[in-house]
Amino acid sequence: MSAVSITEPTSRAKWVAGSLVCLYAAITLLPLLWIFATGFKSPADAISYPPKVFFDPTVEGYVNLFTTRTRLSPEALAELPPPANLAEEIVRKYDMVIAGPSRFGERFLNSVIIGFGSTFLSTFLGVLAAYAFSRFKVPLKDDLLFFILSTRMMPPIAVAIPIFLMYRTLGLSDTHLGMILLYTAVNISLAVWLLKGFIDEIPREYEEAALIDGYTRFQAFRKVVLPQAATGIASTAIFCLIFAWNEYAFAVLLTSGVAQTAPPFIPTIIGVGGQDWPAVAAGATLFLLPVMVFTVALRKHLLRGITFGAVRK
Amino acid sequence: MAEISLEGVSKAFGDTVAVSDLTLTAPDGAFVVLLGPTGAGKTTTLRLIAGLERPDRGEVRIGGRPVTNETPAERNVAMVFQQYSLYPHMTVRENLAFPLRSPLLRTPADVIERKVKEVAETLRIAHKLDNKATALSGGEMQRVSIGRALVRDPAVHLMDEPLSSLDAKLRAELRIELKRIQEELGATLIYVTHDQIEAMTMATLVGVLDEGRLVQVGTPREVYERPASLYVAGRLGQPRINALPAELFAGAPSGAKTIGLRPEHIRQGEGRPAKVVRVERLGDQTRLHLTLDAHDIVTLTDVHTALEPGDTVAIEPRNPLFFDATGARIG
Repeated sequence: MSAVSITEPTSRAKWVAGSLVCLYAAITLLPLLWIFATGFKSPADAISYPPKVFFDPTVEGYVNLFTTRTRLSPEALAELPPPANLAEEIVRKYDMVIAGPSRFGERFLNSVIIGFGSTFLSTFLGVLAAYAFSRFKVPLKDDLLFFILSTRMMPPIAVAIPIFLMYRTLGLSDTHLGMILLYTAVNISLAVWLLKGFIDEIPREYEEAALIDGYTRFQAFRKVVLPQAATGIASTAIFCLIFAWNEYAFAVLLTSGVAQTAPPFIPTIIGVGGQDWPAVAAGATLFLLPVMVFTVALRKHLLRGITFGAVRK
Repeated sequence: MAEISLEGVSKAFGDTVAVSDLTLTAPDGAFVVLLGPTGAGKTTTLRLIAGLERPDRGEVRIGGRPVTNETPAERNVAMVFQQYSLYPHMTVRENLAFPLRSPLLRTPADVIERKVKEVAETLRIAHKLDNKATALSGGEMQRVSIGRALVRDPAVHLMDEPLSSLDAKLRAELRIELKRIQEELGATLIYVTHDQIEAMTMATLVGVLDEGRLVQVGTPREVYERPASLYVAGRLGQPRINALPAELFAGAPSGAKTIGLRPEHIRQGEGRPAKVVRVERLGDQTRLHLTLDAHDIVTLTDVHTALEPGDTVAIEPRNPLFFDATGARIG
């Protein structure tokens, strides 16, 4: 019989735990997989009953997502030269031709600009404010912190009408800047509070050591505090991005032509020529990607945890 | 290399007075040890000199220059923190190079390389240079922390119990090494400890602090032999000085409340009989725990003594110290 450690889980326990994790992962990933699969189905397969698990993949959904199409008479179609590419070929099956690109590309780009712009701004301002609250004697510190938190006590949409009017007067309606400022305003309280917690945990001794080692306060902040706060900054940025990326209500209300983001745009695809679920699924799949990539890219910081090891407590 | 002087410096945190009206001059090249129990204000004094705290009153001068309003960087001080404070996201090498890379020094890369190597060898951490600072033992961290102070050439070195978490052997070695380095550099060093061996062996001057006040400054010998008060007498000497009622032995001067007996102040063989409670054989010394009229006394005796618990030994004072009711030494 081999020795049994009381701190190491047994192989049986590991097996059970592993199975549970896999089962949970399968349950949570299934809807995502279904969306991903639907994006590659034909419209008929997408609504067939019983649902089709195995199907002939097609990029029709993606073609429809990125293009606008016009129906032609069979005579007009017959006169056209043979389809130049795969997209044309798919569209011709429905007696249609590609009339031009859809607006999905620019809506998606708007989401990227506004989402990442506001995430950067809230995290950047958040880390400076959090540092100040954590380290300096700020007059009325507790009241200010409570005030910052109180901005989140009402659902943001409750102030939609004043913001709508204000934005119209200021000319911020339907602009990238307007949306970045709005999402930053909503996220900054979360950012300050989250980051303050992380920075409070970083011992002051590090900065003091850096001050004595010949650095200014700001240099000590940049070279010593910021690297230590990487974990907190990464998780704060992810939370901010998720909010800004998914936000729907303000986007519907305040954007239409220029700065519209992907969330209000994707539902409009449904209305274009019947219920085009594969195109919606294709849009949703692409929409999921950036947050996923961003989260996976920062995963190392999230998991690493903060190292306090070098200061004796 | 500079003289440090504190003049009437006070610092309170809220209602707690950490340092009270402290005046101290550390001459250029001096090795000043600050002694005192926890909370006596030793660390605060170091932080006031470093510029990490601003005094409520008084002035700090380094090399004759008032530095009270200068930042730590401008004061050009190096400090070893009790909690090491190594930068955890850097390797040992980066930690040691950090002060040299500061915007004040902007040391060329080859000089950094050379200095880091020298210091690492002195402190015997050369084989750990590429380790992360967090992947070190406590003793290694403390050596890196000392190294970070030694790597540059500041006006003054401040050290806050730098040897406290090393094992006994390394502590003894580094004690000698630190003293050698300090003498070699001619550096002014202010050193906080409550280890009396460090105080006695390294210091050119010992300052004893009590509740934020500097109660005595002098050479280790002066402070040991002529303590200003019972409190100071208790800070140096191992075993500790025995504080007994003055009337326990004949010959106390008038006004004496307490007689202070260090082990060498107790002559065995004559005088009043005391009972042996315990014989503590430490190898190089043997301690005798006695009781006399219900008062505990600890003294040293012959290493190979035949005394056993229960035996009686006669003792009498020899050149003892006397203290009045306020604790001040008489005569």
